Amino acid sequence: MKLKHLMAGALGAALMSTSAIAESHMAQGRDGHVNIIYWQAASILNPYLSGGTKDIEAASLVIEPLARYDEGGALVAWLATEIPTVENGGVSEDLRSITWHITPGLTWSDGTPFTAADVVFTGEYCMDPSGGCQQLAKFDGVESIVAVDDLTVIVNFASAKPFPYGPFVGGQSPIIQAAQFADCMGVAAPTCTDANFNPIGTGPFMVSEFRANDTISMEANPNYRDPSKPAFATLTFKGGGSADASARAVLETGEFDYAWNLQIAPEILDSMEAAGNGTIVSGFGTLVERIMINLTNPSADLGDERSTVAHPHPFLSDIAVRQALSMAIDREFLVEVGYGQAGRPTCNVLPAPAIYASTANDGCLVQDIAGANAMLDAAGWEMGSDGVRAKDGVRLSILYQTSTNAVRQDFQALIKQWWSEIGVETELKNVDAGVFFGGDQSSPDTFQKLFADVEMYANNFDGTDPEAYMGGFVCDKIPSPENAWLGTNMPRYCNPDYDAASAEMAGTADINERARLAKAMNDMMMQDFVIIPLVDRGRVSAHANSLEGVVLNTWDSELWNVADWSRAE
Amino acid sequence: MLNYTLRRLMFTIPTLLLISFIIFLILDLAPNDPTGNLPLTIPPEVREKIRASLGLDAPMFVRYLLWCNQFFINEPLNMLYEGFNWCIGDCENRLRVTSWSTRSPVVDLIIERLPQTLWVIGMSYVVGILIAVPIGVISAYKQYSWFDQAGTFVSMIGFSVPTFFTGVLLIVVFSVMIPNDSWFWLPSIYDTTHVVTGLDSAGEWHFSTLWSNLSFQFRQMLMPVMVLALYNAAQISRFMRASMLDNLSQDYVRTARAKGLKEKTVLLVHVLRNSMIPVVTVIALGVPQIFGGAIITEQIFKVNGLGQLLIVGIQGADIPLVQTLTFLFAVLIVIFNLIADVLYGLLDPRIRYE
Repeated sequence: MKLKHLMAGALGAALMSTSAIAESHMAQGRDGHVNIIYWQAASILNPYLSGGTKDIEAASLVIEPLARYDEGGALVAWLATEIPTVENGGVSEDLRSITWHITPGLTWSDGTPFTAADVVFTGEYCMDPSGGCQQLAKFDGVESIVAVDDLTVIVNFASAKPFPYGPFVGGQSPIIQAAQFADCMGVAAPTCTDANFNPIGTGPFMVSEFRANDTISMEANPNYRDPSKPAFATLTFKGGGSADASARAVLETGEFDYAWNLQIAPEILDSMEAAGNGTIVSGFGTLVERIMINLTNPSADLGDERSTVAHPHPFLSDIAVRQALSMAIDREFLVEVGYGQAGRPTCNVLPAPAIYASTANDGCLVQDIAGANAMLDAAGWEMGSDGVRAKDGVRLSILYQTSTNAVRQDFQALIKQWWSEIGVETELKNVDAGVFFGGDQSSPDTFQKLFADVEMYANNFDGTDPEAYMGGFVCDKIPSPENAWLGTNMPRYCNPDYDAASAEMAGTADINERARLAKAMNDMMMQDFVIIPLVDRGRVSAHANSLEGVVLNTWDSELWNVADWSRAE
Repeated sequence: MLNYTLRRLMFTIPTLLLISFIIFLILDLAPNDPTGNLPLTIPPEVREKIRASLGLDAPMFVRYLLWCNQFFINEPLNMLYEGFNWCIGDCENRLRVTSWSTRSPVVDLIIERLPQTLWVIGMSYVVGILIAVPIGVISAYKQYSWFDQAGTFVSMIGFSVPTFFTGVLLIVVFSVMIPNDSWFWLPSIYDTTHVVTGLDSAGEWHFSTLWSNLSFQFRQMLMPVMVLALYNAAQISRFMRASMLDNLSQDYVRTARAKGLKEKTVLLVHVLRNSMIPVVTVIALGVPQIFGGAIITEQIFKVNGLGQLLIVGIQGADIPLVQTLTFLFAVLIVIFNLIADVLYGLLDPRIRYE
């Protein structure tokens, strides 16, 4: 009897002590401090005033959207209770409105309740025409945003919106606090420095000190919805330096716990990882390095009609030439040279998510110089004495432009070599990225003007829905002097079948049907060889071995699950 | 002398105005675009709106006058308001020079950056001078000795090996190869938020806290300061040596020796003083570079001072930031040129300005 009591007592004591341990284990801030380094420093914590990835990701520690994408590209409810769909009644039958239900009991880090009014305010803030909101595309087609009650918001669209997950979804479109930003609408937006640097949020951390373009110090949000998170009491978000220096700080010196976007030579990264302090993580999204073929004549002799649809290209309008250019490229080798773990060869301009990825074009993975030569022979392009093919006095001589970037220049040199083997002469040109991607109307070197025969760059799309991205290759989107060169259809591709498929997709809600259309559009362009995809580029980051819970997400902010990060025992 | 100084000061005003206009013109003509570095997923129509919201749709001349108004009128008035609480005009809503990337006043950003730049770059300048002067003196006095040869060799290395090499080399040795629990380990990333204070987290003053904060500051400054000091010392020691050599062969040195003065007095009082005249002006002319920050060294050690601010501004086409920073550098250069000229007159009685 006595023994039994003793044992029961001991058991009870043991149970109590374990639960006490469990309690201390689960407390917020139990793991001390975490250091994050981004080699591009954050300038501002308001994604509506900065489209820069570094700013959006830094802000994602503090402010959150209603829903975001997980590492697989699937939508997950974040501040909302569930993802609204047509099935659960959240999206209306006519596809013109979406109803979000906010999780009850949410508070801002200052303790005030998070309500539908904040969501409505966020929409109005971005859609203010004089504010210069950089995420305006997220609110494309929005007619009105209405708060039904404190926890319900309806977004109404002007026309049917089969993919209504633009506003308030993903790191680019988080909810800001109405009370804090009330005086910051429109032209006043940039003057609210305090609010832009120290936004009040619902996220796991809040800003304690913001040093623009340098360091952000943060501490755990005491009002975070899960009292056991985040595991870290304080956080440092350091910016500056270079990608290799930040890789070194995590992998070699161990000063930092997480380093973002390590675009450095694959062999250097591997040797740093060998030091044993940290782990490299990579993930793939939709970013494709590609060559855009100019179907129009870029000759300077044409003056204002240069690179416009009025004049077809003298030889690139021949599909045999375009196909031969693609066949001559060894994509595996390009990956090995340029990206290592951070790349994989691709034959599609739309490589992901999985349901949209076509397998119809995989033949391009194998380099076929002989086949390319045979194809050009058959098309009547005869090899000249100087090793360059010609037909009717037109020589296959290409001006190949891209932005200034070590990997791109390596690619140019390799591709020039391969093309010379099929009798194509190539002149290389590189333009500073700020000019190439900048929209300076007076510069002849922008990627929209495409005053060259082919150009290479990488592009992707936000989130997981390709409708807008694939819609960028319809006839209307051809850049020209009439639309001030504002267009996304760089190849100047104009195919009525493609436009029809794009229009059909805009009116289709069923996900499988949308996938079929997206694949068909991808295949049309791939089989017409107007875009030559090269490499599907992933994101590479690194974390210290002692940091647990990192899930690299290429569809949203990399820091999306920072609340779940913890220190290994 | 005073007359001369005042005349020169008057002359700086049109000079600086012209410089500010030329900087603006260059920045405006350079092909760059503040939306150029944004992700391609932001559509062109939105980019147009962003440019308009930054005021880029206004003609160049209007934008220049706007900047002049903000910089020459609003900023000084704001300083009066924040420093002395003197309010002239509308103090709360004054339009200050605002950075495009951070949407915050440029002058505040600069003030935030000054401490680390002055600490690291300024300290490296002081350390460089302290190393350079003795090396220059001894090298000249014992010309072609082994010390002179070694000094020349080190100067050549300091002069010709770029800081992005020496910096990374030091990081590889002291941060990577030496284990980070060792006493010799040095941080490769500068913590700009570190404050040297004796107060601990509970707000109590302890000598040990002050000491540990100070030693941390010392350790994180050590590598960048040494890298830059080597470079500065290399330059100044060569000037010092050449100037000493010029003076050592002068007649007054022979006279001093003939008078029976001690060699130490001859060297350190007569020759050194006279040799310092050109070196002091060289040192004064180099001071604006401290404020300019050492762009590369700051980048390597992530000091994030003024140099890094300028580079980020240039990369992001943040024109108001670049314009203001470059103009402030121009002001410093003009002022320190004047100071060097005045110093020259004060130090060398042979030189008189009328």
